[in-house]
Amino acid sequence: MTPETTTTTALLDLSGVSKGFPGVQALDDVRLELRHGEVLALVGENGAGKSTLMKLLAGIYTPDAGTFRLNGEEFSIEGPRHAQELGIAIIHQEFNLMPDLTVAQNIFIGREPRSGGVFLDDRALNRSAQELFDRLGLTIDPTERVEHLTVARQQMVEIAKALSFNAKVLIMDEPTAALNDAEVEVLFELIQRFRTPDTGVIYISHRMDELARISDRITVLRDGRYIDTLETATSTVGEVISLMVGRTITGEQRPGQVQRSPDVVLSVAGLSTKKLLKNVGFELHRGEILGFAGLMGAGRTELARAIVGADPIESGRITVDGREVQIGNPADAARLGIGYLSEDRKRLGVVLEQDVATNIVLSTLPAFTSKAGFMRDGAIIRTAREFIGRLRIKTPSANQLVKNLSGGNQQKVVIAKWLAKDCDILIFDEPTRGIDVGAKDEIYALLEELARQGKSIIMISSELPEVLRMSHRIAVMCEGRLNAVLDNAEATQEIVMDYATRFSAEGTVS
Amino acid sequence: MRARLRGQIQQLLAFASLIAIVVFFSIANDRFLTWANVTGILLAATVVGLLALGTTFVIITGGIDLSIGTGMTLSAVMTGVFLTYLGMPLWLGVILAILFGGLLGLINGVNVAVLKIPPFIATLAMMLVAAGLSLVISGTAPIYFKETPDFVRLATGSLIPGIRFPNGVLIFIIVAIVAGVILKKTLLGRYTFSIGSNEEATELSGVNVTKWKIAIYTFAGLFTGLAGVLLASRLSSAQPALGMGYELEAIAAVVIGGTSLQGGKGSIVGTVIGALIMAVLTNGLRIMSIPQEWQSVAVGAVILIAVYLDILRRKNA
Repeated sequence: MTPETTTTTALLDLSGVSKGFPGVQALDDVRLELRHGEVLALVGENGAGKSTLMKLLAGIYTPDAGTFRLNGEEFSIEGPRHAQELGIAIIHQEFNLMPDLTVAQNIFIGREPRSGGVFLDDRALNRSAQELFDRLGLTIDPTERVEHLTVARQQMVEIAKALSFNAKVLIMDEPTAALNDAEVEVLFELIQRFRTPDTGVIYISHRMDELARISDRITVLRDGRYIDTLETATSTVGEVISLMVGRTITGEQRPGQVQRSPDVVLSVAGLSTKKLLKNVGFELHRGEILGFAGLMGAGRTELARAIVGADPIESGRITVDGREVQIGNPADAARLGIGYLSEDRKRLGVVLEQDVATNIVLSTLPAFTSKAGFMRDGAIIRTAREFIGRLRIKTPSANQLVKNLSGGNQQKVVIAKWLAKDCDILIFDEPTRGIDVGAKDEIYALLEELARQGKSIIMISSELPEVLRMSHRIAVMCEGRLNAVLDNAEATQEIVMDYATRFSAEGTVS
Repeated sequence: MRARLRGQIQQLLAFASLIAIVVFFSIANDRFLTWANVTGILLAATVVGLLALGTTFVIITGGIDLSIGTGMTLSAVMTGVFLTYLGMPLWLGVILAILFGGLLGLINGVNVAVLKIPPFIATLAMMLVAAGLSLVISGTAPIYFKETPDFVRLATGSLIPGIRFPNGVLIFIIVAIVAGVILKKTLLGRYTFSIGSNEEATELSGVNVTKWKIAIYTFAGLFTGLAGVLLASRLSSAQPALGMGYELEAIAAVVIGGTSLQGGKGSIVGTVIGALIMAVLTNGLRIMSIPQEWQSVAVGAVILIAVYLDILRRKNA
């Protein structure tokens, strides 16, 4: 897979890099070597120091110590613009686009062509963008406003922008986090196109299957330290993960064949919405984890939102515990014991600026109010501590602000909030998005435990291995339709993908 | 393509509302559509309109400028200082007064971009400072322009021979066109949108956001200075106690014109229409002998309706 290296000096060579923040040593004597023409995967759990390292290379932070060499020559980075000029381009995980500007305006921000020195030459701007897209084989309208593009196309714009700098080093942070499989292929093709004997790619990802496909070598960081660099071809996923977490993690496993309870707790029939959903019907049993698979835009989130009343339903029947119900808004749903845990945790799941205890009791606050109208702080803390213990939320205290917790622990706070409300039906939308490998396992264990306790769980996930590992049954959606509900035993990645790409199939499956 | 169409429809809607209000008042009162009254409306729209033009830039960056009202007053007072107290030539006094407005903007810009004081607080403080300084410098008494009659003609005289079309309005039209070109066709304008759309991303793209923010606030300050000059000219005096409240009218005009207080979206055409709607409403209601206190209620209601319609439009988009 590795093309012949043309020289013995590395393209990019970092050594002895340290960076500290008040209270944290984010990087401690880290090294990293990117060879010519290679894709180097950079892995590590959240907090391992990947982002800090990236920000050093982006010119956002300055290192406390360390040497940077580009083609053997020592250099330092003065700022974001300087990094670009040096040929280091970075695709950040959170997109750095201006939604209100056009595609072309975004790509050439800070480098606008001007006529007569004063006026912007938007025609030249659009022409350059078009040329760039032609070169990269992308079909995107340069004059379209970015806010009107899909996430995948926004990412393509980001990459095109990076490549427009004639970058030598391309650094990508979780580039596939928001892409479906077809889009991932386009991305990989772009990476291959970019990779020449003069260039190199640093590829940060949590997805092990991707690393195996795209990378030549894998560098592992842990707790701000350099751990090791492995040849991808000769190492196993288990090896990489155990280096990352410093312990061995059990590999892929499937849920045992549990006796499915005959009790149907939630039944949906003929559910349609104006925008997307067409005649969706399924049943959820007590103690079951029902996985929802599908490509982006298949309508899984829309289905969840329709069920909890966040979006209007055009037609359809929802039955909870055998009784037909009308759900007008998420508060109605919560009263019926249905909790929806959004994929956009930071925006819709938790109040970041509030403490753990407040977040846990947020939706049950009236129960913690005394007759005189005052908050019963003691009871709040007691309840919060109970859940912190039960869900093993890692926090110094119930009074810690949620924004200071890791992604996995934030997710647990959201779960605690719904459990505090006595919800028996939990709808998880991408429960492990943005959560690192070690913490993922904990979330999985927690979901399994909840199911054992008799909670019924709908789990929407775009990661097929996750769906296969967790779900007792797997519902597959495509274009707003439910194409199949498979028993775990009969499901494979291939079968699920087959249903997920069966466009315009008919009718419902139950 | 559809997005651009939507943008145009929005401006068309604002324009249509303006026409509707004009038609309503012309039917309701036959004094409304007289030449004298129309130029009166336009002249009234000039001062608030100039403030609104400058603050459109600031609002598109996601900021706000509360100091434009009293900043305008202070610029008017400084015009008096330059022309009446110091006896400077007219052109020099006017230019210095406009630059003085820019200086106020510069200070706002440094406070916001370098010291990272939230725009609301930074400009609120500047609003109070400017209000106080106006009174201190003028000794709380109006400064008159008795020795410089040419100055008064700056706003109310008529350059166009044959018809009575106030120069102030002419100046406003020219300045609005310049502002429109700068917003759409220059780096300053492009970065104004970019910063308002995603400030961090703009910074990461290698744009010196601090520098450009200072430039934008300073640029907006120039409009405050010019507004001060024209107000003083129109009133043939610098009134040190006048000006508080103009900032809210200007912000209202910007918002009615479809510029988002969240930043990233807005247009000069919209702001001009917004300023005209405000001026037409005030004038029309006055002509119909609606008491001033009710005029205020009406303007408040119009702001609510305009912004709500905008929210509805976005939801459907």
